[in-house]
Amino acid sequence: MISLPKLMPLGTTVVGQPINRVDGMAKVTGAARYAADHAVPELLHGFVVASAITRGRILHIDATAARQVAGIVAVLTHENRPKTAWWKYKWKDQTSPPGSPFRPLQGPEIHFADQPIALVIATSSELARHAASLVRVDYEQAEHQTGVRAHRAQRKTATTLRPGIAGPPAPRGDADGAFAAAPVQVDAEYTTPVEHHNALELHASTVVYAEGGHLTIHEKTQGVQNCQVYIAHVFGVPKKKVRVLSPYVGGAFGSGLRPQAQLFLAVAAALHLKQSVRVVLTRQQNFGVGHRPETVQRIALGASPDGKLQSLIHEVTSETSRYEEYVEAIANWSALLYACPNTRHSYDVVPLDVSTPGDMRAPGGAVGVYGIECAMDEIAHQVGIDPVELRLRNYAERDEANDLAFSSKELRACYTRASDRFGWARRSPAPRSMRDGPLLIGWGMASGVWEAMQMPAGARVALSPDGVLTVSTATSDIGTGTYTILSQIAAEALGLPLENVVVRLGDSDLPFSAVEGGSWTAASTGTAVMSACTQLRRKLLTLARQQPNSPLRDLREQEVEWANGYIRAKADPSRGIALADLARASDDGLSLKVTVLPHLLSQRKFARYTHSAVFAEVEVDEEFGRVQVRRMVSAVAAGRILNPKTARSQVIGGMVWGIGMALQEETHTDHRLGRYLNHSLAEYHIPVHADIRELDVIFVEETDDIVNPIGVKGVGEIGIVGVAAAIANAVFHATGKRVRDLPITLDKILRT
Amino acid sequence: MNRFAYARPTTIAEAIQAATHSEGAAYLGGGTNLVDLIKENVARPHTLVGVERLPLDRVEEQTDGRVHIGARVTNADVAYHPVIERRYPLLAKAILAGASAQLRNMATTGGNLLQRTRCYYFYDESVPCNKRAPGTGCPALHGYNRIHAILGASDHCIAVHPSDMCVALAALEAVVHVEGRAGPRTVPFADFHRLPGDDPTRDTTLQPGDLIIRVELPAAGFPSHHAYLKIRDRASYSFALVSVAAALELDRGLIVRGRLALGGVAHRPWRVPAAEAMLGGQRPTGELFDAVAAEVLRSARGFEHNTFKIELARRAITRALTTAADRTITP
Repeated sequence: MISLPKLMPLGTTVVGQPINRVDGMAKVTGAARYAADHAVPELLHGFVVASAITRGRILHIDATAARQVAGIVAVLTHENRPKTAWWKYKWKDQTSPPGSPFRPLQGPEIHFADQPIALVIATSSELARHAASLVRVDYEQAEHQTGVRAHRAQRKTATTLRPGIAGPPAPRGDADGAFAAAPVQVDAEYTTPVEHHNALELHASTVVYAEGGHLTIHEKTQGVQNCQVYIAHVFGVPKKKVRVLSPYVGGAFGSGLRPQAQLFLAVAAALHLKQSVRVVLTRQQNFGVGHRPETVQRIALGASPDGKLQSLIHEVTSETSRYEEYVEAIANWSALLYACPNTRHSYDVVPLDVSTPGDMRAPGGAVGVYGIECAMDEIAHQVGIDPVELRLRNYAERDEANDLAFSSKELRACYTRASDRFGWARRSPAPRSMRDGPLLIGWGMASGVWEAMQMPAGARVALSPDGVLTVSTATSDIGTGTYTILSQIAAEALGLPLENVVVRLGDSDLPFSAVEGGSWTAASTGTAVMSACTQLRRKLLTLARQQPNSPLRDLREQEVEWANGYIRAKADPSRGIALADLARASDDGLSLKVTVLPHLLSQRKFARYTHSAVFAEVEVDEEFGRVQVRRMVSAVAAGRILNPKTARSQVIGGMVWGIGMALQEETHTDHRLGRYLNHSLAEYHIPVHADIRELDVIFVEETDDIVNPIGVKGVGEIGIVGVAAAIANAVFHATGKRVRDLPITLDKILRT
Repeated sequence: MNRFAYARPTTIAEAIQAATHSEGAAYLGGGTNLVDLIKENVARPHTLVGVERLPLDRVEEQTDGRVHIGARVTNADVAYHPVIERRYPLLAKAILAGASAQLRNMATTGGNLLQRTRCYYFYDESVPCNKRAPGTGCPALHGYNRIHAILGASDHCIAVHPSDMCVALAALEAVVHVEGRAGPRTVPFADFHRLPGDDPTRDTTLQPGDLIIRVELPAAGFPSHHAYLKIRDRASYSFALVSVAAALELDRGLIVRGRLALGGVAHRPWRVPAAEAMLGGQRPTGELFDAVAAEVLRSARGFEHNTFKIELARRAITRALTTAADRTITP
């Protein structure tokens, strides 16, 4: 453990430049191998048999016909699976919500539709799939319940949010009294549907079995060490016999945070058969492993005639499974965004016969900010002031709920920069007042906010005699650009050409990393790499001074610079030593490892958040209810931007997803059957190219020496937050119709 | 997924023999739908008869003005064929409104005619479905039926036909050339697809072993006045909630004749000859088109989640006819 300066000096030669992805070539040429891509000798293939019922129990599994197919090696069920841990805490992972995690093949009980109930293992995936279709299952069906809205009466107060996730802010003042007395009131319900991650890469595990029970697991995951510990705990095998690899991830968006069922099944089969096994879930089966929960938000805002908030009530009801209590921080954002003397926030959950919901890009934030930012638009419309002006009048200068100052907050600048770029001043305020030929035009805006977190993280740096620096840490790059930004930080810190830096990620043998999520990876792992490089610099300088006839003998740290692979005197750059020469001269190797913990003591004195302002223009063909987003501008204040190109890609990705959230995305459930219906990429709608037009991203300058020593806040989630509200508000502006139920599909416009 | 044999005949006779002599045989074109159905256990053919070696890969203008489209010409090749673009732009537009570029590059003409419904329940073998498992019931009837039929449905099935291309072919009054055990025959497009009635397992009037040889387009392609309007949940790669193919022939401001076919609303492309007859000899006006739309939808009936499609269809018919009447394209 080392102590770090508050803000570490980080140059801008490589950092802050729009560098292309260093892993881009590997990805476009197919050299990058994903979890199911690895060729393994004698590999067996498992295919999952999923439950046809939603709740009840298995009476009998008849796999006779399946076992008779030539090439079938085994059929694993709850009756013959290998021994596993009995204690529920052994099944918990780093991100488990309170409760008892789902344990595949543990017994005959069925908890949700498409629950994995058997694994058919064969010499080819086609044979396994064929034999799986021959497995006959008798069930005893019990009545099930799905759908938050229908079962809202059963809601109960959420006992606790997950560790690390703040509960509802304590009430302040008299929110209900102030609401009743307020001259301006909005009291509305906003609903959002179940959504599924639908990453391109399916959940997959390739478990390579070696002598002595050593397992090498190619896994689609956001946390290789999370999976490693889970497997060690569940199967009672030593951690050192389990290595999990995930150097490339084909999208995860939160679905790879928890170890998913295919990992358990593939390992169970490999241990049972003492052979290598691969299990890939089908697209339909991917709908059984976590989803954004269905939610109902009641938001009541009371305001004075000038739009100043007097009361803010935000009540959230969301779904969870019957075995775990999953609650997202949905309501908290409204307390954070606006100054208001009287507030009340609450969380209720409805346990249902579904698999436990899970984190999905900006969990809680995407949904909660949609609610509050639509309600604020309703207030603006009622009192007749501009939506941006309304937000400025209620601007939170402090985190009032926790009575903390913000470590930095350039949200005002976000409003200004984005509205200028958008041309917001030309907006005609009245709904239905802007047109383009037969089309109605609407302009809407919203704020965005997300956490700027730092987690513990380790990193190793090693300089080889050929002058190549290898940086390694266990974190995954789920497509965000982690390889690239870590390369940049290391290259900058040591003055190495970018191509002399090699970054290794996604391997549980590498230094510790928290799961990749929460937009914290750049901040956490970036700081670890920076501090490792800083230590290596000290070591290199000491070594440099010790060289015979060293040109740097008398120089101190502040008198040297690092450039082009050399340490050299600032005063005379011709006096220098190549780092490669130092690596050759070093007898114990130039390699070191650091673990960096966040500065909790200083961090906890501040509220630390990323902010954004999103402006959207829609066109509506009212005759058919069709909405098209014509353009969007998002201004983001996220501290230091390490790479404007990869950062912009992150934000644009979030904006595209926000368009989907606003207009298209929804997992339909047949509640009589308790099953998801549109479990394919043809029927589960996310935006296609033809839906996306102009997207513009502005990074607002922001300096922050509290969030972490490299001043980075992260951009993985902020891009989606606020987008659905901006679009919903634009639809209202275009049509005068307020659709409070996402997604805003054409039938809802026609109906309203 | 079941195990199947795979035949790749080189002649039509061999293909028909292969399909006729093995039980549960299916022809395989581009496989863009059938392979999915096999993987999900919805289709369980014992033999797949690939058509990729059959000489059915040409678009040919006949001397009498008709055009033949071979059964295995891909959707993309039809849509971008100069003859189709020039003489049958309605067909080209309908094809390009469907699927995605990748799918259109694989999918064949014959396969498009035979694609199965996108009803959610049909694709999930864990749930009842009269089309997939006769006699088990239709959960869509009282389930989530937003995408389902408003015309021609039965108590046994309310699924809709998903094709865009077929909607244009219906409006153009194409003829399907089929060859089977009993030799070659032609089927007018209106008789090719069927309504579910009490046997929703059958989408078409084809008999086991029947092979689609080609689709024949009549000489009249309505190149000057036509429209294909598709209303859907996203701008591309989604199936029609409602689509309308409208084709008009105008002479000095009067409609000589008109054709109208709807997609996304019924178990087959939907035409109402009585409504089309109302167009003949009339001036193209909003009132006329409203009256035609009302006639087309006279028997429309919605379910819990899809009644909006009736009004949507009414507006789409009017808009498509208006667009077709206004459009002046010199061939």
